[in-house]
Amino acid sequence: MTESTPVLRHPMSKYIREDRQPFIYCSGCSIGIVTGMLARAIDNLGIDINKTVIVSGIGCTGRTSGYFKTGTYHTTHGRAIAFAEGVKIANPELEVIVVSGDGDISAIGGNHLIHACRRNIDMTVICINNMNYGMTGGQFGPTTEHERYSQTSPRPYGNLEHPFNLVKLAASSGATFVARWTAVQARRATKSIEKAIEKEGFSFVEIIGACPTAYGRMNRLGDGVTMHKHLLEVAEIQNGLPPHEAELDYATKIICGEFVNIEKPEYTAVLAEMQRKAKGE
Amino acid sequence: MTISKDKIKIEGLTGDSAIAHALRQANLDVLAAYPITPQTIIVEDYQRFAADGEINAAVIPVESEHSAMSACVGASAVGGRVATASASAGLALMWEILYVAASMRMPIVFTVANRALSGPINIHNDHSDGMGMRDSGFIQLYCQSCQEAYDTTLMAFRLAEHHDILLPVMVGIDGFILSHNVERVEMLPDDEVEKFVGVRAPVDPLDPNNPLTMGPLALTDYYFEFKEQQDRAINRVPKVYKEVEAEFEKITGRKYGQFETYKTEDADIIIIAMSTMGGTAKVVADVLREKGEKVGVIRLKMFRPFPAEGIAKAVGNAKAVAIFEKAMSFGAAAHPLAMEVRTALYESKERPMILDFVVGLGGRDVPPTTFVEGIEKTKEYLKAGKAPKYETLGVRK
Repeated sequence: MTESTPVLRHPMSKYIREDRQPFIYCSGCSIGIVTGMLARAIDNLGIDINKTVIVSGIGCTGRTSGYFKTGTYHTTHGRAIAFAEGVKIANPELEVIVVSGDGDISAIGGNHLIHACRRNIDMTVICINNMNYGMTGGQFGPTTEHERYSQTSPRPYGNLEHPFNLVKLAASSGATFVARWTAVQARRATKSIEKAIEKEGFSFVEIIGACPTAYGRMNRLGDGVTMHKHLLEVAEIQNGLPPHEAELDYATKIICGEFVNIEKPEYTAVLAEMQRKAKGE
Repeated sequence: MTISKDKIKIEGLTGDSAIAHALRQANLDVLAAYPITPQTIIVEDYQRFAADGEINAAVIPVESEHSAMSACVGASAVGGRVATASASAGLALMWEILYVAASMRMPIVFTVANRALSGPINIHNDHSDGMGMRDSGFIQLYCQSCQEAYDTTLMAFRLAEHHDILLPVMVGIDGFILSHNVERVEMLPDDEVEKFVGVRAPVDPLDPNNPLTMGPLALTDYYFEFKEQQDRAINRVPKVYKEVEAEFEKITGRKYGQFETYKTEDADIIIIAMSTMGGTAKVVADVLREKGEKVGVIRLKMFRPFPAEGIAKAVGNAKAVAIFEKAMSFGAAAHPLAMEVRTALYESKERPMILDFVVGLGGRDVPPTTFVEGIEKTKEYLKAGKAPKYETLGVRK
C-alpha cells in the first residue's frame, strides 16, 4: 500500500483557475484579499458559479477576472461596466460582477460608472481603490489624494488635483446599494459583497486597498503589512451614514460601512416589461 | 557646422527617456497624456523635469487618451507647441481625435511606443496600432534606435509646425525593444536645440483679438476642399523633411532619409522592414553576403507619406523583395507594408517577385533566423517562379 501525501487546498480554490497561479499581484497588495472576499461571497450565497460572469477592465485589479473559474471577460481600459451592461441586458439570468480598479472605473471609465448607476442595471461593481495606477508603475489618477506623490506627481510638489470620493459619486449618480470597506475588514466587506450581489439593482462596493509597490513606496507609507495595519487603524464604521458624509482621508479617517440600500425599478426588468407591453401581452 | 564633441552629452538612455529629453529640450507649451505601457516612462520622466523646474510646459495628465488628444488639439489651436505619447489601445481610443487633429491642421508631435492592439490584451510590440492609424492624416516616422528616436522627435516639431505642412506627426518606437532598452544617445546642448526647433509661429490660432470659428460643419459644400488641401499638405512633406533633415545634419552629422538603403545596389534579394527589425535585417544581410548571397536591406522610416517612387528606384533590378512586417490587414489584398510596396513597384519596368512575411505579432521574437527562413523561402519561390500572396513566420499553425 502506498501512502498518499495529503494536499492542502485552499477552500476557495474551487472557484479559481489554479493553472493560472501564482497571482501576478505584488506581495503586500490588497487585490488577492478582495479576490478571496468575492470567492467567499459567491460561496456563502451558494449561487451557481457557472451562471456568474466576472468582468474586469485594465490594470492590476483588471487581472482578477481571469483567475475565476467561470465565464469571465478581461476588457479594455475603462470599459468593464459597459461590457457588463451588454452581458446583463443580453441575458438577465446571469449574475454579473465587475471587479476593477479605481483608475479603470473612475478615470477612463468614469462615464460608464455614472451612467450604469443612473440606469440602475442589476450588477455588482467591486472597485478596489489603491489610489493610483499601479499596473503602469504608479501614476496619479482621479482617486489620488491632493499633494500625494506619484510617478507623474513627483516630489517636491505632488498631486495638484483633488480626488473623487467614489461613495459620494456612486450614490449621487443613483446606485441602489453603496458600501465602502478597507481590505482588512474582510468579513464585513464579504457580507456587503453578498448583499450587493443579492440586490436587484446597481451595487457599488469600494474596497480601499494598499499598493505598497508604487503608491506606498512613493509616499513612504510602509510595506504591505504596515499599510494594512494602518487601514485597520483609520477605518471608522458608520453604517447608514448619509453617503455625502462618508469621508475618506487616508492618513486619518476612512469612513466605512453601507451607506445606500434603496429600492428602484431595475433596468432589465423595466426593459422586459416594456417589451411585453409593446407586444400587447 | 557640426556641434563640437565636448558640448554633446552622451548618456545611456531608453527610447522613452531619449524622447522625454527631446521633449524637454523642444520647449513645449503643453503635454497632455494618459499612462499606458510601454509609453508611460516618457511622461514620468517629463514630469520629473517639471518638478525639477527644468521646463515651462503645462502637463495635463488627463483621464483618458481620448481626452489627451483632445487637449492637444485645443492647445495646438491656441498656438502652443504640443506633444503627447501613447500606444496600442490608448492610441485606438484617440481615434476620433486623430482625424480631427490632422484635418484641422494641428501640429502635434505624438510619440508612440508601438504595441499590439487588443484583443486578447497584449503589451508587447507590433505595428498594428501605427498601421491602424495610417489613414488618419498623421505623418508617420518609425525609428530604429534610441538616438534616432531623440533626433526624430526634435525634427518632428519642425516638420509639423512648418507652414507648408501644419500636420500632426507620429514618431514610432518599437515597444519594449526600443522603449525600454538602453542605448548610447548623444544629446545636443539645450541652446542648440532651442535654435534648431525655434518657436512655433502659429497660423490662424484661436486669438481673442481676432476671433475665428474652428471645426464647424462643412457638408457637401466645403468638406471635400478641406480634404484636398490636407492631401496637398501631406504631399509637401518629403521636400520639407529633406530641408529639415539637411539642417539637422549640419549640426549633428546625422541623417536618416525617408528610408535607409543597405547594400541594395547589387542585391538580388532586398529585405524591406521597419523600425528595429531594420537592424536585425542588416546583420542578416552581412552574414548572408559572407556566404556569397547578394542580400540588401531597405529600412523604411517614413510610412506616411509613403516614399513610393524612392522605394521603386532603390529596389532597382533586384529579383525579389522580401517584406517583413509586424501587422496584418485582415482580408486585405496585401498586408499594410506589402500593400504600399506592391503599389510602389507596379510601375516598374521589371517588377521583382514580392514576398510578404508577417512576423512578430504581439511581441513574438523576430530573431535573425526568421529573416534567414524568409530568405530561404524567397530563393525557393524564385526558382519555382511563383510565391504565395503572403506567409506568417514564427507562429504555431
